[in-house]
Amino acid sequence: MDAFAVSATARTTAAGGTAAAPRRQPSRGAPHLDESRLDALAAELDAIRRREMAGRGEADARYIRRVAAVATALQIGGRAAIALGRRRPVWWAGVAAATAGRVIEAMEIGHNVLHGQYDWMRDPRFDSSTYEWNMTAPADQWKHAHNLVHHVNANVAGVDRDLGYGVVRMTDEQPWSPSHLANPLAALVLAALFDQAIGFYDLEAERQALGLVDPDEARAKFEASVAKLKRQAARDFVLVPLLAGRAAPRALAGSLTTQLLGNLWGFAIIFCGHFPDGTVVFQPEDLEGETRGRWYVRQLRGAANIRGSFPFHVLTGNLSHQIEHHLFPDLPARRYRHIAPEVQAVCRRYGLPYNSRRFGRQFGSVALRIVRMSLPDGLRPSRRRSLTPGR
Amino acid sequence: MGGVSDASRSPRARAHRRLRQVLESRVVEALATPHGIDHHLVTLGAGWATADPPARVVDARRTTPGTVTLTLRPGPRWAGHQAGQHVTLTVPVGGARRSRCFSIASSAHTPGGTVELTVKATGRGGVSDHLVASGCPGQSVQLSPPAGTFVLPAERPPHVVMVSGGSGITPVLSMLRTLHDEGHPGTVSFLHYARAPADVVAAAELARLAARHRAWRIVVALTGPTGAAVPPSMADAPAVARLCRLAGRFRADHLSALAPGAAQAPVWVCGPGRLAADVASAWRAAGDAPVHVERYRLDPPPAAGGGGRVRFTRSGVEVVDDGRSLLVQAEGAGLAPAHGCRAGQCHTCVRRMPAGAVRDLRTGDVVDEPGALVQICVSVPDGGVEIDL
Repeated sequence: MDAFAVSATARTTAAGGTAAAPRRQPSRGAPHLDESRLDALAAELDAIRRREMAGRGEADARYIRRVAAVATALQIGGRAAIALGRRRPVWWAGVAAATAGRVIEAMEIGHNVLHGQYDWMRDPRFDSSTYEWNMTAPADQWKHAHNLVHHVNANVAGVDRDLGYGVVRMTDEQPWSPSHLANPLAALVLAALFDQAIGFYDLEAERQALGLVDPDEARAKFEASVAKLKRQAARDFVLVPLLAGRAAPRALAGSLTTQLLGNLWGFAIIFCGHFPDGTVVFQPEDLEGETRGRWYVRQLRGAANIRGSFPFHVLTGNLSHQIEHHLFPDLPARRYRHIAPEVQAVCRRYGLPYNSRRFGRQFGSVALRIVRMSLPDGLRPSRRRSLTPGR
Repeated sequence: MGGVSDASRSPRARAHRRLRQVLESRVVEALATPHGIDHHLVTLGAGWATADPPARVVDARRTTPGTVTLTLRPGPRWAGHQAGQHVTLTVPVGGARRSRCFSIASSAHTPGGTVELTVKATGRGGVSDHLVASGCPGQSVQLSPPAGTFVLPAERPPHVVMVSGGSGITPVLSMLRTLHDEGHPGTVSFLHYARAPADVVAAAELARLAARHRAWRIVVALTGPTGAAVPPSMADAPAVARLCRLAGRFRADHLSALAPGAAQAPVWVCGPGRLAADVASAWRAAGDAPVHVERYRLDPPPAAGGGGRVRFTRSGVEVVDDGRSLLVQAEGAGLAPAHGCRAGQCHTCVRRMPAGAVRDLRTGDVVDEPGALVQICVSVPDGGVEIDL
């Protein structure tokens, strides 16, 4: 039996019916598929999942160990070059290396390890229950906010908090208010401080305001985030410059630039995952008695891929394969690239769009959406781009 | 107690301690955050500098079919073992770390502080098979500190009796070698059960020990088809043949081949459960000398459909397995484990399993490595199990 089967059964029972029971709304992400086609889709994707999970082994372990060595070496080497970089190009090379190492560690290792993708290795270095990642957000808060609230409820308006992160208006479901005129500015601030903002994300400020959060729990989370923020900042902005001695100003500037570039990169990649043109927003009622097939459709239609080269995929932590990631969040991410053509072929057979474009295209459409969402619904030009199935 | 080697006082150990003082300083800790320094050291291939450096395989010999005898050089923190103790050895198999317990075969007084283990293939594709197939000098393995109470008392008894079967010879071999190194003045009686002479690990060494010590009785009983001759190619074949004096499974009259009064002396038994039970009843019939038994498994083999003991180690709560998921059973016992989706997706509920075995509800796979991480929402006990909760 598969994970999704367990959840689907549980939900179906809770809703008091089976997939084939009385008429129900067609799937929002695939209105042309009836229940039997949805079940067939689920069976095909389950088969891919089972095969890939069974195939995990030495190659995955070797890959993640190598990536970890490269990420660490890049960060150490980058910092050394920054401190020694009296000449501009050396300093910039150092910043580039340190930033690359940092984003690889956060995205290809941290994010994926915390999904439990490497738990099967039973290596304490890659173990989701003990791993603390190199981001402000304490790992346990991140696992709650991301693995549970976001992934399980992906793209459901009002439930998936990643739809705008409570800061940016990204969907029509969020009612417009005049403050949204500053939407692009809010996005810019969020991008510049992405790591730090995510560090306090699980506090659920917008739900706290509604009195939906236990204040003691919120305080404990806040204190844990502040403590982590202090440790991270002390390392990057105090200790590293101090150790650089007379090169302290250069080292501090390097740390700040690395942090800023890492933040912008993370924001760009993550916003390209769910908000480009063609992604679908779901409603809470879609979760009622959701079958495995409908679950897959929701994950698939709410995500978008970015095309690119192998180094690009590594730098995005393979979130450039957001579709495959949302279908199989605990599968080692290096496998997404290999199964992508197969997933795309399944999509084509079932007449489902497979949203994959180059970075410039995806990010451009996200930026445009942020700007359009700043305007009240009536005022903005409608812009619908249809996606051809399986493309 | 059995001699603790001077490994912990060696120059290597001192240098390691000095290095660790630097690495464990607050500055290094603050630089390494959010990981510990050891995380980075392993990542950069400097596992030797960590607090618990791995052991290295220095020799791998394959003397009997389907086994490998490994000589390991433990890390600088190793403080020696007592004869009869075991270690948990951890190696990656197919990318995943897996652990198994092995008894130490070498003497507690081995010069240079190396440790010898004999590993027998099981055919189940785990640690043992991996080591038998590909154990070779230069490999790194993680070694736990020695553990176990199947040891000789510090004051050695005047007559030590040992009985072993098959691969159960290992801890007993460690005792024999230790007593030999100590020049034990008393009597040692050793009775070993093996299918054929070729299956006896260290047969030639046993023959040498028997020849060397007048007061020692070393006898091998062959349980395989009768007439299993000692292959002439074997080292010291005639001497080994002289050891193989008995045939068939353990019977009380086998003891007459040993020194007189064996059943009145303390005995150490390691082997199949039936051998241990038979020896124990023979000893009970003869008197009240203590019987020490080494058991390889804590729990009896898993009973189908629940019924095993489930122990939540952190809370000390224990329940009888009812066949439902560990998460549900923990909640039923009044615990409130962290969890998310309850369907194996979010990994919120992952807990460590110090001992026992679980079955994954989705795949049916059984996980039984000590220390494995378990998604408790989609795992059911497979026999007895301990969960860190």
